[in-house]
This record gives sequence, structure tokens and C-alpha cells, in this order.
Amino acid sequence: MIQFFSSLRARGPSSLILRAFAFAAGYVALAAAPAAQASLRVLACEPEWAALTQELGGDDVKIYVATHALQDPHQIQARPSLIANARNADLAVCTGAELEIGWMPVLLRQSGNERIQAGSPGNFEAANFVTKLEVPSRVDRADGDVHAAGNPHIQTDPRNIAAVAAALAQRLKEVDPDHAAQYQARLEHFNGRWTSAIARWEKQGAPLRGVPVVVQHKAFPYLLNWLGMSEVATLEPKPGVEPSSGYLSEVLAKLQRLPAKMVLRAAYNDGRSSEWLAAHAQIAAVVLPFTVGGDDHAKDLFALFDDTINRLLVAQVAMQKSVPK
Amino acid sequence: MDTRSVCALLLLAGVAPVVAGVTECDSSQQCVEGAAKTRLRETRAAENSLPASPRPLPLIAQTDSSIVTSPPTPSAAATAGAAAAAATGDTSNPNAFNPSVSVILSGGYAHLSQDPAAYRLSGYALSPDAGPGPRGFSLAESELSLAANVDPYLAGALTVSMAADNTLSVEEAFFQTTALSDGLRVKGGRFFSGIGYLNEQHAHVWDFIDSPLAYQAFLGGQFGDDGVQLRWLAPIDTYLDLGVEVGRGRGFPGSDNDRDGAGASAFYAHTGGDIGLGGSWRAGLSYLSAAPRARESVGMSAGPQGGRDLFTGASRLWIADFVYKWSPNGNPVRQNLKVQAEFFTRRETGTWVLDADGAAAVGPLTGDYRSQQRGGYAQAVYQFMPRWSTGFRYDRLARGSIDFSAVDPDTFAPHFDPTRSSALVQYAPSEFSRFRIQIAADRSRPGVTDNQVLVDYQMSLGAHGAHNF
Repeated sequence: MIQFFSSLRARGPSSLILRAFAFAAGYVALAAAPAAQASLRVLACEPEWAALTQELGGDDVKIYVATHALQDPHQIQARPSLIANARNADLAVCTGAELEIGWMPVLLRQSGNERIQAGSPGNFEAANFVTKLEVPSRVDRADGDVHAAGNPHIQTDPRNIAAVAAALAQRLKEVDPDHAAQYQARLEHFNGRWTSAIARWEKQGAPLRGVPVVVQHKAFPYLLNWLGMSEVATLEPKPGVEPSSGYLSEVLAKLQRLPAKMVLRAAYNDGRSSEWLAAHAQIAAVVLPFTVGGDDHAKDLFALFDDTINRLLVAQVAMQKSVPK
Repeated sequence: MDTRSVCALLLLAGVAPVVAGVTECDSSQQCVEGAAKTRLRETRAAENSLPASPRPLPLIAQTDSSIVTSPPTPSAAATAGAAAAAATGDTSNPNAFNPSVSVILSGGYAHLSQDPAAYRLSGYALSPDAGPGPRGFSLAESELSLAANVDPYLAGALTVSMAADNTLSVEEAFFQTTALSDGLRVKGGRFFSGIGYLNEQHAHVWDFIDSPLAYQAFLGGQFGDDGVQLRWLAPIDTYLDLGVEVGRGRGFPGSDNDRDGAGASAFYAHTGGDIGLGGSWRAGLSYLSAAPRARESVGMSAGPQGGRDLFTGASRLWIADFVYKWSPNGNPVRQNLKVQAEFFTRRETGTWVLDADGAAAVGPLTGDYRSQQRGGYAQAVYQFMPRWSTGFRYDRLARGSIDFSAVDPDTFAPHFDPTRSSALVQYAPSEFSRFRIQIAADRSRPGVTDNQVLVDYQMSLGAHGAHNF
């Protein structure tokens, strides 16, 4: 090390910065483990996992959310602020199932943070803990933006949230054993409230059973599966591919044979194609919050599903009034 | 930087992975590979957690009058039941550990009003690799990349580039650490330097079809080297990434010489952040020092045949780079804007051999040489609707000051500042394919305008590459 510095000394003014950098880097590399943190730092990839981590972590966690509800989680830039937060995180809570494949690998690579690398306890992927739907029998880019592991939009079924909550609490206890009791207590408290809420939503959502819908992107299979609704068409000809006007006309023609009641889209989707279809097929266009923060009501996980069910029911009632079939 | 300092740097870098490895083994009962261990744990946890949901749920009345109540739907059990078998991979497959493979296909058409063989950047020694490329239809660089984790501590990647003339070159071949802590990363092998903004990106990621004039003038197109890189991300909430590199200095502005020690070294700092919901930026300052010996360049003496110049001495380059990206609500799917600019300033001192072969009927002339030159570019690319974007770029280089003891430099490097304006339209059917057309007015030589029309395609096959900011 001394030789390293002395050899630099003869190199002029630029070596000063180099030396300062080398010293700082060397100091950190050789320093002992950092001082105990007041709270566990969590990088949540999507707002729903931030909300769930908040339920389970309370004031034992400090959460940074990488995306918000008006962003398409497939299409996120690995921007500097995300890298800085990945570097300091003790735990990354993401969906997985390739949802974040376009940006999370960059964060992991550039963070220099071994705690959250794939395979480490600090890397939590929610999709590993639920049964995935729409697992493709073949993986080919000719089919559009397909995910080999199955559809990653698991958060629209509250039973998935319950499964992830149990696994996430387990993981919080593992990476932060000092607060294990608190995480367990919050999990039990959350489970109690969530179980009753699911019962309430299922009861409220009963009239939606069997209702045929069109979806803009294949973002809702878990929601439809949970509520027993059926998907008759998708506006995107292939996942992630914008519909052309010709394709929209095909969907419209299909709806003559297979009528649907409503067309669903997520808060971050552009509304043009679903509004066009809704107007021409005379069905309801429903914007669902899709995640926490997707609209003014969906401020937490409970409100997210309250609002989702409510919006579907409002559309259902409106359709019954307007077009008695 | 001499051999000892390189060794010291390697040592500094090498300490940490060893420490990380030991700690991982110590903290567990059995010393097994971390990744495999955790995967097992997740599978186990998945099995345990799945049956949690379909419990019979109590009915709770809710006071929402608009909603007709009916018995809850027992739809849960069916889906959750079949779950446990998921995620068990085929462990007997000998190819399971194969690296991920990705291929870039690229090619196009160029219509140039001036002969590319006579291309010069007035006042600048041009690397033999620089210039507008061939006329007519041609294959551009096609790339084959292989990448995988080596072990729990290291990852590796190889990118081979196949050129139109059937030559193969190793574009990148490096290992990098994955298990260092405290924001440290080490990369070793052949890689694109982290200086500037565009330099570290592969050419197929660039927004414009060709590189900025400043990249051609100061970096021979792009600076890649054989060496070692150490980077450190500061432990603060603001992004601050520092990097230092030492290497062979094989590419322009260095030259490939067989010798001990380092032929080039670089350091750089980048910072960045967000502006509101939709904007984010990154800015940086970089320094590249090279010690070329008999570095060949296409002659500064601007005759049509040109001469071959040789330079031995010190080349010191500073780069300031800035990029800003914006999209409505931070959702770039429909519209997004990217603005970037880089500014270069370089000082070269040493010995110049002008027209080493006498081909330009000027030399050979050998003398002391000293130059101070600046240049840069600014560009903006706007996606105005899905699949379609358009861009504009302006390049400018300043001749700056050139001192040459053998002959008045005004005789071979007239006082003229090269400029170029380029406009681009891009159609991208998906994120894996794009077609571009670019028109440019290249005024790199006094009194001559090269009107260029470039068309290209790029196809990305295989593994989904995650892109840097």
C-alpha cells in the first residue's frame, strides 16, 4: 500500500485525486463491519411490497420504493437514485418472476452490496411463494414479452398477499433477528385483519362471479381467478405489444360473438385503446389501481382491494342498468 | 504507474473477496455455496406458505349499501393446492450451468457524398479505426455475448464482435466481483472503460448510428483496454460512484506496446439523482492518461492520400459528461426524452513524426509536439409515441493550439473547427429490435461537406439484457 502511494506521488496534480480515492476505497474495504443500524433498510421494488413490508416491519424498517403506481414495472430505468438506494439496502423486496429483469440486474451489479444479491437472504422475491398462473409451455420472443416463470402480476389476488406476508415475515426475522418477535406479532395482527378482509371482499365480489371481461395487458389473471371472472380478450395482441387499430377492430368483432361487460386496465396503462373499445362495444372501461397508490383511495393494501372491488362492482351495476342482455 | 502499484491495487482489490468468502462459511453450520443454500431455503418456505390462504374464512358484514351480498366463493383451494411442485428444476441437465447467450445483429446502408477513404478530422490525429465507415450496404458489428456467474464470488462475460470483413475481435472479456461489500466492485480483463457516458456502453446501445466526432477524435471511437478496474459506490443516499483503472493502454489515445507497467490509467466520478417524478440525471468527470509510443494515426496533413503520423509522449484527457432523462410521471412507455452532452479537453506533449512514410510529400518531419484541444457534442432524443422516436445531435471540435518544432503547424492543420449536425428517426417494433435512418452534414474538413445518409437495423436475440442508465 505504501509503495502504491509513493509511486503515485511522482505523477503530478491528478494523482492527488487518485490517491484520495484509493485511500477512501481502501479504508472502507478494510474497515470492520458497519455500526449497528437503528432500522432495517428495505428497497421495495413495487408499492405493494413496500406497503406489505410496512405492515410487517412497522418502525423497525426504513423503506425506499423504487417505483410508483403510474409506472409500468417492466419499464424502469436503472437510474442513479435507485442504485444509491440498492447500495445501502439490507433487504430487497421484489416481485421476481422476471418482472424486474430490465433493471434489477443493473441495480444488483452496480450496488456493490452483497447483502441483496440473488441467493442472499436479503434478496426476497415474492413470486417464489405463490402459485403462478399462465406459465408458458414455450418461451419465444415471437410471443411478445412472455415471462418464463409465469405471469408476475401476483399482487392482484389477496390470498397471494397473505402467502407473501408469511414468507416475508420469516425473511425479516432472518435478516433482522433482533426484532423477530415484533415481526411475528405484526404478522399475526396483519393476518387476522387480512383474513377477515378477504372474507369481506369475497362476499362483496360475489356478483362479479362469471362476469366476462376484456383486459388491456395480461395484468389481472390472479384477480380474475380469485373473483371467478373470465377473460374473453386481451387488447395487446401479444404481451407488451401496443394494439394497432386493425387489431382493436378484431377484438371488437370478437366481442360480438363473446360479449364482455367491461375492459380493465391498470392505472399506469394508457387509456386510449380501452376507451375506444368501451365506446364502440358499449361496455364499461374500468381503471383499477393495480397497486398501492394507483388512485386516491388505494392508500394501503386494504384500501387497494376495497377500491378494486368497488370499482368492479360499480361498473357491473352500471352495465346491468344500461344494457340488459 | 509502475508494476508495483498495479500489484498493490490488485492486492487491495483481492483482499475483500477472500474475507467475504470466509465470513460466509463461518456464519453457517456447513460450508456450502451460499446461492444454492438460499434457493433450497426459498423452496422450502414456498411449500410451507402455500396452503395458508384457502382456510375457511369468517363472514364479516360490511356497511356498503350499494353492494349485494352473497356467500363467499370457495375458489382458493384449487389453485393453491397444485403449487408445491413448482420451482423444482431439472438438476440432471448438464447444460443447466450454461452461460446466458445473447446475439446482436446489425447492419445497414451508407450513402456518403465524400469518399470515406479521404476522411479527415482537420487538426486532429485520427485513429485508423475512426471515420464514417464503408459506403453502400454492409454488415455492421455483430456481437455474440456469453455471461454467467463463475462461483459465489465472481461473474464473467465474453463479448466477441464479428466485423463485416470476416474478422473476429474480443470486444470485452472480463470477470467481475459479485460478493464484495461496502459498495466495492472489481473488474479485470478486457472491458470498456467507465470514463464519460457513452464509452462504457456497447455501441449497439447508442442512440445514434455512429459515435460522436469527439469520441472519434479523442478515443478512436471508443476506449477499451486490458486491465483492472476498481469502483466504489459511496454509502450515502446520493449516488456517487468513483472508479479507477489501470491497463495496457492498447487503444487510442494509447498504443499497444510490449512493456512492463501500465500504458494507461483512468479515474472518474459520477453522481446523479432525480428531479421531480419524471426526471433523473447523471453527471460525471473523468480523466484518462495514456503514454503512447509510436502511436499511429491517419495524418494530420490533410492531403487526400494522407500520411501516417507517429506520436510518442503523454496524452491527458478530461471528460465532463451529463445526461438527463424525462418521461411523463416517470413512465417512459409512450413518451420519453433523453438529453446528453459530453465535453472533452486534451493535452498531448511529446515527439511527433509527421508523414512518417513521406506519402503526403511533407515529411518525414520529426519534432517536439504540444497541443491543447477541446471538443464535444450535445444531443436530444425524443420518443413521441410508442415505437417512434427522433433525435438531433450537434458535434463540434476546436482546433485549439498546436505547437510543432519541425514545421509551422498552420501548414498542415489550418485554423478550422470541425462540426457535424445529425438528425435521426427510429422505429422500434419492440425493445429487441429497431430500424434507424440518420442524415448528417459532416464538415470535418475546410471547404468540404460530407452529406451522409445512414440506415441501419439492430436485432437483439437471446438473454434479456438489462441496460444501464
